[in-house]
Amino acid sequence: MKTFKLGGVHPEENKLSAGAAIKNLALPKTAVIPLSQSLGAPSVPIVNKGDKVLTGQLIAQGTSFISSNIHSSVSGTVAKVDDAIDASGYRKKCIIIDVEGDEWMDSIDKSPELKSEITLSKADIIARIKEAGIVGLGGATFPTHVKLMVPEGKKAEHLIINAVECEPYLTSDHRIMLEKGEEMLIGTKILMKALGVNKAYIGIENNKPDAIAHLTELSKKHEGINVCALKVKYPQGGEKQLIKAIVNREVPSGKLPIEVGCVVQNVGTAYAVYEAVQKNKPLFERVVTVTGKSVKNPGNLMARIGTPIIALLEEAGGVPDVTGKIINGGPMMGKAVNSLEIPVVKGMSGLVLMPENEAKRMRVENCIRCAKCVSACPMGLAPYLIAQTSEIGQEEMAEGLKVMDCIECGSCAFTCPSGRPLLENIRMAKNKVGQLIRSRAK
Amino acid sequence: MANLLTVSGSPHLHGDQTIKKIMWGVVIALIPAMLVSFWYFGIGALLLTLVSVLTCVVVEFIIQKYLLKEPNSIGNGSAVITGILLALNVPSNLPVWMIVVGAIVSIAVAKMTFGGLGKNPFNPALVGRVFMLISFPVDMTSWPLPIVNRTVLVDAVTGPTSLGVVKEGLAKGDAMTDVMSRVPSYVDMLLGNMGGSFGEVSAIALILGGLFMLIRKIITWHIPVTFIGTVFAFTGLLYLIDPTQYVDPVFHLLAGGLMLGAIFMATDMVTSPMTKTGMVIFGIGCGLLTVLIRVWGAYPEGVSFAILIMNALVPLINKGFKPKKFGEVVKNG
Repeated sequence: MKTFKLGGVHPEENKLSAGAAIKNLALPKTAVIPLSQSLGAPSVPIVNKGDKVLTGQLIAQGTSFISSNIHSSVSGTVAKVDDAIDASGYRKKCIIIDVEGDEWMDSIDKSPELKSEITLSKADIIARIKEAGIVGLGGATFPTHVKLMVPEGKKAEHLIINAVECEPYLTSDHRIMLEKGEEMLIGTKILMKALGVNKAYIGIENNKPDAIAHLTELSKKHEGINVCALKVKYPQGGEKQLIKAIVNREVPSGKLPIEVGCVVQNVGTAYAVYEAVQKNKPLFERVVTVTGKSVKNPGNLMARIGTPIIALLEEAGGVPDVTGKIINGGPMMGKAVNSLEIPVVKGMSGLVLMPENEAKRMRVENCIRCAKCVSACPMGLAPYLIAQTSEIGQEEMAEGLKVMDCIECGSCAFTCPSGRPLLENIRMAKNKVGQLIRSRAK
Repeated sequence: MANLLTVSGSPHLHGDQTIKKIMWGVVIALIPAMLVSFWYFGIGALLLTLVSVLTCVVVEFIIQKYLLKEPNSIGNGSAVITGILLALNVPSNLPVWMIVVGAIVSIAVAKMTFGGLGKNPFNPALVGRVFMLISFPVDMTSWPLPIVNRTVLVDAVTGPTSLGVVKEGLAKGDAMTDVMSRVPSYVDMLLGNMGGSFGEVSAIALILGGLFMLIRKIITWHIPVTFIGTVFAFTGLLYLIDPTQYVDPVFHLLAGGLMLGAIFMATDMVTSPMTKTGMVIFGIGCGLLTVLIRVWGAYPEGVSFAILIMNALVPLINKGFKPKKFGEVVKNG
């Protein structure tokens, strides 16, 4: 069975919510919709205080090359455009809407019928995806339409659908495959048309045999789509690792996947593309896994963007007393949040609640040079050495050690028997090397 | 819910490996070798092991508490390992005060001076052993014979090690068959029924411990296999060239401290290279130096010296053999 070769670790899977069907979450009383929900420049608001908005109505526009549109997730009145705490933990510009109901724009096709015929042209598909504000839903939130515009001189050969979901606990992609498999495959077809490729692979780890079987069966109807079962290994959901595992190509250092003829899109993104292109529905809701060992009802919730996470946590049975940490995303790469008021955003794949005893770090001890971090690094770096150069402020050395290749998967810190903060130090080095590179470009 | 949520950088999970687990794992792996040595060499071996471990632990504790004024790390078991390894490397009738000196040198000079666990460039137990070998050459090379000495502490019946017998015999110009008739049978050597440092005698017990460490992922195969393989290949080549001058390779594998050194000393994480290629180079270097010293050097045994010399080269090996980076060699197809 296929997998990537270099490094990798095996965290406990703990997919507690794998069996829980996607449930629609009730609308919040107030929706707080952050203006920066994708990589690149924040969106520019086009509504003012007092404006009436409908569900699916454009409320903020992406104006620069890398940015995305944002739509209202509810119907109601704009209360204000003001700073509020967002998923980053900082106060940032948000559009705050008092919810009055759920009246959808007329242009959206609300019917449940499956629409499998793809009528739009390549250019129209990309325009529709851009208009619908679709971004990478795996967590990276890179605007999808930008990824579909293949640069001059490059050629896309393969579309790879990332259905790995290698983060422990998370199951939102898994549920979409089981419940929205047909729609997701049509979404894949649409993406193939947009890229002009005739081959697509869906990479799924073999800890999800039901999804593999289901999609293998469904994909028989769709020419060119192959389901590719992969051996479980973290971080297989990393773009570079996934491309290596499926088509055995290595994206060169500092380059994008298109360099080796590949474009990678997440399962959730493929489903959102189906809804946008076939049903004209913008991205204003997503599946969020709410889980944790002490959570009463771990589940997968279809939540509107802007819903405060406390509503999701209550739906899952409340926040247990022992909770010490709440993670936005998976436990390997997600961010710990500092408030229960932060809203659901496009990039929020899950909320993981950790008990206090697991939330604390172990005592940091001397590096015993066991080389486990070196063996674990999927990018073939020497994490212990980069972390050391960072500690003593030698950015040039860190740059020479290819610190910018680090994908921040956390395998090094996960495996370190001395509990050293390897990734923190590496992130610091990345930050400083980034500044160094930018200052040279000037 | 706690009043305040913990906020920290990812990853929020940690694997199950800790220094404690690794170090106590090594101690467990050493148990078969200790049991065999107690069986053959009796109370002498037991007493030396206890004194050695105790000295190592106490010295580390005192240095951390009174000199460095830092929290003690006795619980992680690394001083215990040094104590055991040091004891396994000496003859069982060694005067007790000598191993106390060796243990002090191991911990105080070779380990704590550099900053404690993880910072020492040389294997502490080997530094202690070599210090004793140079300081007390007679006591360190009079090897009590197994079993007959079980209940004797001093004045034991002693004899040279197999390697010593061979080296001396060949130096005197005795015929190879004559020399080999004076060393124990290979079966005895495999089980440990021979004279020598009391922990290095049983190859089987040591290999058992090595397998345990492999399964627990405390060590990788690279260093032991290349080390032992190089000794076998090099001595095998010499044997093919002239069997009347050079002993056969199986003898070299079973005699002396090769198994103990290759499995437990050369694999010490702190003092071995960080990449797989580096480990292979390290293992081959240890093997070559061992044979050079055994065959042409002044000492009959060369494992300790070989590992220490290679320890010194580790920083250079780490510089020269970096891990293979992803996307560095573009080979697409």
